[in-house]
Amino acid sequence: MSIELKNVSKQFGEVAAVNKVNFSVKEGELMALLGPSGGGKTTVLRMIAGLELPTDGDIFIRGERVNDIPVQKRNIGFVFQNYALFKNMTIFKNIAFGLKIKKWKRPAIEERVTELLKLLGLAGMEKRYPHQLSGGQRQRVAIARALAPKPSVLLLDEPFGAVDAKIRQELREWLVHLHHDLNVTTLFVTHDQEEAMEVSDRIVIFSKGNLEQIGSPRDVYEQPVNEFVARFIGVMNVLELEVRDGFGRLNELKFPVPENFAGEGLRIGFRPYAVQVSSDLARFEYRAKLSRTYFLGIMLRLELELASGLTVRSRMTKEEYAQLDLWDGREVSFQIRQYRILSRENAALTPELQTPYELPPSIAENI
Amino acid sequence: MPGNGKFNLRRSASRRGVEESPFVKWTLIAIGLAFALVFLLLPLVSVFTEAFAKGFGYFFSALTTPDSLSAIRLTLLIAAISVPLNVVFGLAASWAIAKFEFRGKSVLITLIDLPFAVSPVVAGLVFVLLFGLQGYFGAWLDEHDIRIIFAVPGMVLATTFVTFPFVARELIPVMQATGSEQEQAALTLGASGWQTFWYVTLPSVKWGLLYGVILCNARAMGEFGAVYVVSAHIMGQTETMSLRVQSLYENPRGETAAFAVASLLAFLALLTLALKTFVEWQTQRNYDLAQQPVPELKSDTHA
Repeated sequence: MSIELKNVSKQFGEVAAVNKVNFSVKEGELMALLGPSGGGKTTVLRMIAGLELPTDGDIFIRGERVNDIPVQKRNIGFVFQNYALFKNMTIFKNIAFGLKIKKWKRPAIEERVTELLKLLGLAGMEKRYPHQLSGGQRQRVAIARALAPKPSVLLLDEPFGAVDAKIRQELREWLVHLHHDLNVTTLFVTHDQEEAMEVSDRIVIFSKGNLEQIGSPRDVYEQPVNEFVARFIGVMNVLELEVRDGFGRLNELKFPVPENFAGEGLRIGFRPYAVQVSSDLARFEYRAKLSRTYFLGIMLRLELELASGLTVRSRMTKEEYAQLDLWDGREVSFQIRQYRILSRENAALTPELQTPYELPPSIAENI
Repeated sequence: MPGNGKFNLRRSASRRGVEESPFVKWTLIAIGLAFALVFLLLPLVSVFTEAFAKGFGYFFSALTTPDSLSAIRLTLLIAAISVPLNVVFGLAASWAIAKFEFRGKSVLITLIDLPFAVSPVVAGLVFVLLFGLQGYFGAWLDEHDIRIIFAVPGMVLATTFVTFPFVARELIPVMQATGSEQEQAALTLGASGWQTFWYVTLPSVKWGLLYGVILCNARAMGEFGAVYVVSAHIMGQTETMSLRVQSLYENPRGETAAFAVASLLAFLALLTLALKTFVEWQTQRNYDLAQQPVPELKSDTHA
């Protein structure tokens, strides 16, 4: 285990920023700490770095308990959200800083910095100052500076928060490649679930200081342990149903009530991809009007408006859209293939339920 | 903007609606200039003309009498002690105020401003009250044969008190603007607290610090009121340049000599102004550099 947290808590006065968190990061893993802002993820990262001290619990780096080891001695690389480059130093001196402090010999420093400049595509910029670089370049300098002293773990706080969308995408791919090449254990904080899903091997999801779930991107998407995770990762339709004569109902929609269910209200959720649409009005059970189409690149999101005014979101590829010959305002029929009973927050979720309807083939099966 | 002359021409031809009429504009400029001439430039010029009224020879001999030389030495000595003291204090106080949250922070900020609010004469009297023969510590100091009031230590204390706010006041906003992320970054790279201060903090506040030091030094050398109270203005012993100017001026035949010493003080003030302007220009340049658009680079590609 490269990093291990055992029952780690952090109090800021009366507020519990982090509450009894346990997780571990494997050697060489690329892991995301994901959650809404104020969820405690940055505090966790700073505690691992030694920039904050835990109120309770133990932190281990490579098997060694580091609670009492000051930040300077933890051998970590930290990349700050706004990079925190040394403004009064050139790029070369920025990257060489950690090596100079560790009393490396001059030729060794030059060799290491040159190597990193080349690796991070910054060759030729050693004499520039941070203000002469673009956001993406500054980001890479910050990573090079953190990597220079060969840290045992690399910690990044919202690494792509401060650059614009196009560069962000580039940097994400680039971080994956860099991690692949160097294989240094990497932990990064993000509030962007797409970013976490795309970049990391595993995701740790936080909310209000609590660890909600750890798992691969696919795990947390397909098997969310609670409603928070289910709603935070990806888009979800959530409906409050009223239980009447054996069915959970909301306006036109009805869902079979699970066995042994006692109660009057039932909350369910389903992903947009689970909503199947047909232009053949007799094909599926429910009728709706396609009120609006959102273009999300390769995928389209559709808003279906039922006669009662209820709106359901669906998702499909451009090809499907063309095949079905859809347009805004057209009457369609639809069905909900899979849904999930959502219990109260933080309670465990039961596995997804299949509706008893036939499943026509879909080319967007796994999206 | 060069190469954009047509546009500029058109802009200057059409006056903005909110602009005052040329009459108001020129009247205001004239008033400002006249005031500056009469109240600032004229006295300065007269100091120098009076100083050289009896020729260069007299000017230099007035400056090089043993008492005048001693006054110059003492002024430099006091500045050389109180300015570094206030640099250390200013760095510590601004660091504490900019980077930590603690109880009594606003009290500290107010206290730093106190010397600006208190009349220098009152400041001097406070020290007499504390360390004078009839003062709280007077008897004890007398027993141990330590002289503070009517001696150099008292003058250093009074000067330090009066020049207290300059460095701290300059540094607090600079430190607040810099934040503490760069320092945290240095810590994660293994730097000790001292290394962080030396390599990261100090370079990032150096222009603000220098600006504060210049102002502090100017005031330390020019201070009169507080120093007057705590010194016995004994010629050749506890007389600074500003005290010397006064004592020479009181002497009917010393007028020109007084202006000679005064002109030296005025020269130091002008030097301070020049340095201050240079530092301001540097700070502005650094700021502009940080604001300037990022140049496009050919090598901005990576694998």
